[in-house]
Amino acid sequence: MSDKQDLVLEVNGKNYAVRVEPRRTLVDALNDECGLTGTNAGCEHGVCGACTVLVDGEPVRACLMFAVQARGRRIRTIEGLARGDTLHPLQRAFMAHHALQCGYCTPGFLMLAAGVLERDPNVSDEELLQVVSSNLCRCTGYGNIVAAIRAAAAEMRAK
Amino acid sequence: MKPARFTYHAPVTEDDAVAVLSQVAAHDGRVLAGGQSLVPAMALRVALPAHLVDINGVADFGVLAVEGSEWAVGACVRHAAFHRPVPDGPLGRLLSAVVRHIASYPVRTRGTFCGSLAHADPASEWCLVAATLDATLIANSVRGRRAIAARDYFRGWMATALAPDELLAQARLPLLPADTRCGFYEFSRRAGDFALVMALAVYRIVDGVIADPRVGVGAVEDYPRRMRAAEAALAGRAPAPDAFRAAAEAAAQALDPADTRPETAAYKRDLARTAVRRALEAAR
Amino acid sequence: MNAEPPRGTNPPRDPTADSRFIGRSVPRLEDLPLVTGRGRYAAGISFPHQLHMRVVRSAHAHGTIVAIDASTALALPGCVAVWTAADVAAVPPIDFRATRVKGLEPYRQPVLARERVRYVGEPVALVFAEDAYLAEDAADLVAVEVKALPPVVAADQEPGVFMPGQGTEPTVIRKNYGNVDAAFRAAHAVVELDLALGRHSGVPLETRGAIARHDAARDVIELYGASKRPHQNRDLIAAMLGRSPATVHLYESHVGGGFGVRGELYPEDVLVCLAALRLGRPVKWIEDRREHLMACNHSREQRHRVRAAVDAGGRILAIDDRFFHDQGAYVRTTGARVMDGTAGMIPGPYRVPAYRVAAHFRLTNKTPAGTYRAPGRFESTFVCERLLDAVAARLGIDRVEVRKRNFIPRTDMPYERPLEVMETGLVLDSGDYAGLLEKALARFGWDATRADVERRRATGEAVGLGLACFVEKSGQGPVDGVRVTVDGTGAVEVVTGVASMGQGVETVIAQICADALGVDYRRVRVVHGRTDRIEYGFGAFGSRITVMTGSATHAAALKVRAKALELAAADMLEATPEDLDIVDGRIVRRNRADAPSVTLAQIAKALTPGAAIAKGREPGLTAEGWFENDHMACPYGVHMAVVKVDRETGGVKIERYLVAFDIGRAVNPMLVEGQIAGGMAQGLGGALFEEFAYDENGTPQSVTFADYLMPGALEVPAVEFLLSEDAPSPLNPLGLKGAGESGITAVGAAVASAIDDAIGMPGAVTRLPVTPQRLKDILNRAR
Repeated sequence: MSDKQDLVLEVNGKNYAVRVEPRRTLVDALNDECGLTGTNAGCEHGVCGACTVLVDGEPVRACLMFAVQARGRRIRTIEGLARGDTLHPLQRAFMAHHALQCGYCTPGFLMLAAGVLERDPNVSDEELLQVVSSNLCRCTGYGNIVAAIRAAAAEMRAK
Repeated sequence: MKPARFTYHAPVTEDDAVAVLSQVAAHDGRVLAGGQSLVPAMALRVALPAHLVDINGVADFGVLAVEGSEWAVGACVRHAAFHRPVPDGPLGRLLSAVVRHIASYPVRTRGTFCGSLAHADPASEWCLVAATLDATLIANSVRGRRAIAARDYFRGWMATALAPDELLAQARLPLLPADTRCGFYEFSRRAGDFALVMALAVYRIVDGVIADPRVGVGAVEDYPRRMRAAEAALAGRAPAPDAFRAAAEAAAQALDPADTRPETAAYKRDLARTAVRRALEAAR
Repeated sequence: MNAEPPRGTNPPRDPTADSRFIGRSVPRLEDLPLVTGRGRYAAGISFPHQLHMRVVRSAHAHGTIVAIDASTALALPGCVAVWTAADVAAVPPIDFRATRVKGLEPYRQPVLARERVRYVGEPVALVFAEDAYLAEDAADLVAVEVKALPPVVAADQEPGVFMPGQGTEPTVIRKNYGNVDAAFRAAHAVVELDLALGRHSGVPLETRGAIARHDAARDVIELYGASKRPHQNRDLIAAMLGRSPATVHLYESHVGGGFGVRGELYPEDVLVCLAALRLGRPVKWIEDRREHLMACNHSREQRHRVRAAVDAGGRILAIDDRFFHDQGAYVRTTGARVMDGTAGMIPGPYRVPAYRVAAHFRLTNKTPAGTYRAPGRFESTFVCERLLDAVAARLGIDRVEVRKRNFIPRTDMPYERPLEVMETGLVLDSGDYAGLLEKALARFGWDATRADVERRRATGEAVGLGLACFVEKSGQGPVDGVRVTVDGTGAVEVVTGVASMGQGVETVIAQICADALGVDYRRVRVVHGRTDRIEYGFGAFGSRITVMTGSATHAAALKVRAKALELAAADMLEATPEDLDIVDGRIVRRNRADAPSVTLAQIAKALTPGAAIAKGREPGLTAEGWFENDHMACPYGVHMAVVKVDRETGGVKIERYLVAFDIGRAVNPMLVEGQIAGGMAQGLGGALFEEFAYDENGTPQSVTFADYLMPGALEVPAVEFLLSEDAPSPLNPLGLKGAGESGITAVGAAVASAIDDAIGMPGAVTRLPVTPQRLKDILNRAR
């Protein structure tokens, strides 16, 4: 008895036709049905933020959303952060500032920061620190992540 | 940590939502709004709803407006709506001061004000606000709408007056007089964690003394409530440290902590004393 | 094989090694795939027709298994098989890595519980289903009936029964040198402490995962999701399945953090391999977070009753420690190493003329424990530094001064302590503890900070300073070997037997290879975590890679360099090798910019088998390099902290934190600082936030990230670094020491020291983590 639904997910500007049960989370649908394995699940209960993606431009925990809820929404994942071969300022900043070690939390931080900064790069340093406190990292101790995001924000403000 | 199976419903009008809920409530049906509390519970399989009624598509639930002397917050209004002070005046300032304590930014883009009230976690900031300000909660079901006063709404640990087939359609907060001062204090282990204690203090100053005091404490008992003894210790007194200390002490004595282990109950009382005093000191 | 350089001297810098990359904070080679979502972690690995494995875990801390009913589960469409212990009876329990401690064999963990369950989370049955959601549904339907037995939840109470004939104290490790009793009789003062460290662990952001596939055509089992010690794990798995190691291949792709807990051999790793073999389909297992917190190795929980005898000047005459190590339900692959490591490291960087320790290895009905970053040293440093602070308080001596009086002086290096630690001798190879402390005090501005803190205290703030000194161990041998090869395009490949969990292995090894060989580090590709690419490998743990693999790489690259220069000199450039240098992959004449040159690519082409053998040479521009080291390089350092306590709530805020640390020689300072910063954050977790709590029934209370609290960006301060290269290790040619653990080692001790100072109560903190409620309790009791 399968209650799978047919669904089209728009991810990074591309349409993916998938067939999933309503209980299938967005993070699992992205990884398995869409084959986009860049979004990582760290806890599956909404605390660590590793699975953060953008839904209609807003950072969202993909483990707390069901794929069926994303019907008709614009989803953007880490695979869609760069424009072709041109890296996003955040990606370049993370590499320049050694803001990643194992990389598991990195897509979540990048999408979180991209969502916040693309909406308004004039975010204060203090507010950026609050934003970074949304997600967990176990490798870096956060200092370099904060530095990288601040540097990218400065670059994005200058444009 | 995958949720168990459920049948998914996505009504697009309030009437549809209420109708579907009435059909599925008896079969373990739950409302899905922000999902920031419900979905983790489902992932841990401590919540096993057989039906989910997703109300995110109901446009009417997005209402956020002044209605008479009240601020109406529809069922799907996100926490993030309060990042900027709305409405103008002390209520809006209070809500935006409180919201930054709720979880984290991405949780606030999805989680809803009314969802917190329906979930009724004792450490929910909005539950404290609703209890302290004597909000009115509007429930809707096939039997029609009814208004529930906040003091009648919280019934126990994560238990409310909502019937299983009732949906919390709206919360209505009283608009506060322009000269109202509000102070909020919360203590948690880490930024964004569930509070170990929280306090909300609201009062006006008339002829140099405190008038219309409201003091609420949350995260200590099964649900947040107004501390009448603390309010009595403030009424008619100058807003000064001795009055604040007296109110804090009265609150600490009046509380009956949910965690009954002696050392934890004592700690919670200590925290409450501190929280009430600091909320009063912070009131602007 | 390297001859050991004379003890106590720094070897001359290798004159052929140009430091173009070593010592520079070059960007990491690892990063681009990771920032673009092209990382490949275990969950992203899938094979056609794969089955998903879900582990049914015990809900009881202790009991006998009465019955397991899988009938409802098997009836679920999509559930393909359910296994219990009977189905894996031929698989032996998981063995230890080599350990000399006797008597631990009966306490090994079976891959599935047999007859008895001993901790909540213990694997009891396995479900195999078509997808992960179904597997979880089916697992919930497996009914496990257990007759409960009383659990042992405290390691320092009377031992219980593990099984008939075996108690729950498998061993007591005793170490002893000098005349401890005489020292205590002669002491001017004795301080005595009762200290406890809370149970916590590495908790990487990626949970464990294993995907196994049986290539029936070649009869090879492939295991993906490997980490830490691929070759050793391969050998263990092969032995447990009764196969030759050549028929088991382990593959590491990207790993989301290790910290010592990932990559030991766990039941699930063996079981997926067996399942792939028997069920004829690939088998994928991805652990969820709740499982992880109750099934992956725990660590750190110990209770110490320790005393120190001192003279009137605060100099230590003897230390006597009796402690209980809470090992959890079974002895896993690391045996008693953490406890043994603690026991051996308690004297720290100090002269301790007499020492005695009795370390009680106790089993309890909790998740089994293993090694976690700075294993044994986070614990030993907490104990030792609390002692030093207690001595200072008792005698009225400044906390900094008392340490200076007790340090082993630089002139005594290398200093051999008559102890064995983790089965090697303990020789502190080099170090200027007093010198580094002075530098740290100056950098931190200790005196000015103390004045400022005192001024703030006078206004009523509860703010304080703390410090803690430590010695670390790194570069665990005994050997490592790599192969360096240059191909016909000039690209360089270093094949290693190590593993990467994100620390920057590929970059650091590339830097070392590049300098020795004379190429750009970006042309060097480092292979790791592949048992099919290199015959011997020793893995990633104990901050060993830079030292061991780095030294082996240096040796191999020098051999390749020599080969290239020999051929260029003899056959191509009419010169002697001494006339030549290699710059950016090109062999040039020194001081003759206009002279003809030849590339390494051309050399490689000249060494294809036909051409090489015709000229009596070995084919390939390639060489193996080995490095042998039976002693560990011992980095050392100091942590300093300013903390503010909220007396009303018990909350603690770290205002400043400095790590001063001797790295021997930093290959990539940016990566070293990254390791320190990350270690510090984990140490802060252990000091203030993280604990695996259990109730009196042995039921774990910390099973989600809402209960097991890890520090976030608002909790971790910006760490100040003082990296010192004053004491390169004499044990390897580049003077390297490992960096992975020094950020974490002293955090518990430094934060405790600072909290004591902030509340004006020396010795107040005796237990970690210092939760707000515990601190408030301390403050209340003082009133």
